[in-house]
Amino acid sequence: MAYVAIADRDHVLHDPETFIRKYIWSQDHKVIAIQYSVTAIAIGLVALGMSVLMRLQLGFPHAFSLIAPNNYYQFITMHGMIMVIYLLTALFLGGFGNYLIPLMCGARDMVFPYMNMLSYWVYLLAVLVLVAGFFIPGGPTGAGWTLYPPQSVLPGTPGSSWGIIFMLVSLGIFIVAFTMGGLNYVTTVLQARCRGMTLMRMPLSVWGIFMATVLGLLAFPALLVGAVMMTLDSLLGTSFFLPAVVSMGQPPTHSGGSPLLFQHLFWFFGHPEVYIVALPAFGIVSDLLSTHARRHIFGYRMMVWAILAIGCLSFVVWAHHMYVSGMNPYFGFFFATTTLIIAVPTAIKVYNWVLTLWRGDIHLTVPMLFAIGFIFTFVNGGLTGLFLGNVTVDVPLSATYFVVAHFHMVMGVSPILVVFGAIYHWYPKITGRMLNDTLGRIHFWLTFLGTYAIYLPMHYLGILGVPRRYYAFGGTEFLPESVQSVNAAITISALFVAAVQLVFLFNLIWSLSKGKPAGGNPWRATTLEWQTPDTPPKHGNWGPKLPVVHRWAYDYSVPGAKEDFIPQNQPPDALTPAGREQEPAS
Amino acid sequence: MSLTVAFVALLAGVVVWGLLARKLTAKPWERSAAPEEIEAGSTAGLPPAKIGLWALLAVVTSLFGLFISAYYMRMEHAHGDWTPLAVPRQLWVNTALLVLSSAAMEWARGGARRAQMDRLRTGLTAGGVLAWAFLAGQLLAWRQLSASGYFVASNPAVAFFYLLTAVHGLHLLGGLFVWGKTVFRMARPGVELVDLRLSVELCTVYWHYLLLVWLVLFAVLLST
Repeated sequence: MAYVAIADRDHVLHDPETFIRKYIWSQDHKVIAIQYSVTAIAIGLVALGMSVLMRLQLGFPHAFSLIAPNNYYQFITMHGMIMVIYLLTALFLGGFGNYLIPLMCGARDMVFPYMNMLSYWVYLLAVLVLVAGFFIPGGPTGAGWTLYPPQSVLPGTPGSSWGIIFMLVSLGIFIVAFTMGGLNYVTTVLQARCRGMTLMRMPLSVWGIFMATVLGLLAFPALLVGAVMMTLDSLLGTSFFLPAVVSMGQPPTHSGGSPLLFQHLFWFFGHPEVYIVALPAFGIVSDLLSTHARRHIFGYRMMVWAILAIGCLSFVVWAHHMYVSGMNPYFGFFFATTTLIIAVPTAIKVYNWVLTLWRGDIHLTVPMLFAIGFIFTFVNGGLTGLFLGNVTVDVPLSATYFVVAHFHMVMGVSPILVVFGAIYHWYPKITGRMLNDTLGRIHFWLTFLGTYAIYLPMHYLGILGVPRRYYAFGGTEFLPESVQSVNAAITISALFVAAVQLVFLFNLIWSLSKGKPAGGNPWRATTLEWQTPDTPPKHGNWGPKLPVVHRWAYDYSVPGAKEDFIPQNQPPDALTPAGREQEPAS
Repeated sequence: MSLTVAFVALLAGVVVWGLLARKLTAKPWERSAAPEEIEAGSTAGLPPAKIGLWALLAVVTSLFGLFISAYYMRMEHAHGDWTPLAVPRQLWVNTALLVLSSAAMEWARGGARRAQMDRLRTGLTAGGVLAWAFLAGQLLAWRQLSASGYFVASNPAVAFFYLLTAVHGLHLLGGLFVWGKTVFRMARPGVELVDLRLSVELCTVYWHYLLLVWLVLFAVLLST
């Protein structure tokens, strides 16, 4: 009954008519998805710009007077925070989640459209508060994206009086926005799927986004608790996190607080956050690989279970970010063990991606290139993760560029490659036009090779002992001269990669009007979003009648079928005259 | 603490698996020769707003759970600066108010189920008013505490007292916002019971939940 109320409306849907209701205060999940994505990409470009400035300082120290040490720390902080939360989380869940969940599940919209709209506007507010941090006295916080107290609120750190407050308030607002969106995504997946769309017929994209949302809903409160308590410490003089510190010769204003408590809260959020970004990428990449290799995903059930297992395990590994905090060795042993266990479901996923490609009819389209690129970068970043998961290896490497290389490879480059692949894949559905193929290939190869040129050498720098977080080096005689040359080379690669993104942006805008018309299903894919009556889908998605699903999402190259794909909503008797299908060969 | 978390996670995993095992072990690629049965898509035959509320309660549980963990960890890490708090007596009165409020909501829900509009009206109104009284009582407790010289920065136990009661109060205010909307709808002429039933049920669930949270918080605050 419930599902009738939201899905099978027999009365006419009230289409929004005015421009404002249609595109600005829109409750349509597709418009909200685009609003989320555009905002996230815009703020992401700011973070990209800051990484360029940091690289210029590292590659050519002191050549640019506009980058003072304070600015450098502010750039580090804002770059990290924006990329992880305001870009990747918002883009994967607010952007792709919003667009894909109703379309892939066969729903007309999210179940709470008004709250969905609110979610975007609150997210925008969070971004604006974050940006406002650049224009206040003292500038934004420079505490590092982990915002560890006591340094984040003590004088000496850039933005320790107001910058940190703006940061914490912005995070609080973001969490409210995310919770409103997240409740929508979860309820829509559980409650608004069309007839025949059982849980195990959902495309893996939906599974990944769903589980990531569950993680977000349960993990973001930890950040909120930390943010609220730190705000109180900073504004009202409580001592939740702040110990007695004599700062700048002044008598201590706090006493007895526990900085370690903040670290626990932060990483109880921070580690699931890695998977909030990774799980949607896992899901989406599975669908890209299967569609463009014209082959069913290998081990579908295993893939779903692995997503669930990774989701649960991600809550019991957080302290592997804190090995250097001087923890009890037994504690470290426990977290090293859980960390290595989480590699098992992750490895299952990687094997299954590779086995999906095995003997597939691989089409090296641009989305496919990005998907395969993801496997490379993810395996690379995942393997260094196995190193760092062990306490004895992590302790000497923790403060070096090895860690920078590891986390950029595993949760910077890898998800971003999936984002690109997904945009190339779904842009035709969103706009009705294809992105330019040649520009796409240029974008892929330069980004893929360029990021390797950036991060591969960083592993060597890390093993040499080059410390991370440093504005400039000095008194570091143990480092050979060549370190500086490597740094310069990395900077040049970074400039290239940053410039290539402009090609992508140009492609996005140019193809909007000049791209090849795409038709309804250019990739000949099985999932529901490609079977809509209109492209781009109109308000309500499905016209008068909701689709009915008869099969799973991966019927590619089924022997005996007329075409090499069978859409999920194709009834069985339409396939063969006998009204029965051939048995699949699997 | 980590072991507790691991244990709870394991338990949750077992429960989820138990509930969904049949669905999650389906083999979607197999086709049977029998005519197809097309299952409805929704996982449970509940209104979406209910699922949404339960999901929200899970989020709020996570939030309060983390606040409480922070409370105990801070107590554990304290280097002699944790002075146990003399909990204001007012809190016992407030607790009674909240219990009554929850009971009144339950009474209203009974009215909604048995199609007794008057009972629904009385219960809903009383439930909300008692909840406001609880909040006023909490403010009174704050004033008593600050009158006896305990401000938020005096000591971590006091800081946590203000923080936890404030967060709980804010959640109750959110509930009262929805309650206000329902009462507003109830006051309109010609309102039918069917228009109110779902709202009353959701409010009741939320009220019981916040009562439970309060009882836990109260116990935690008493255990310094």
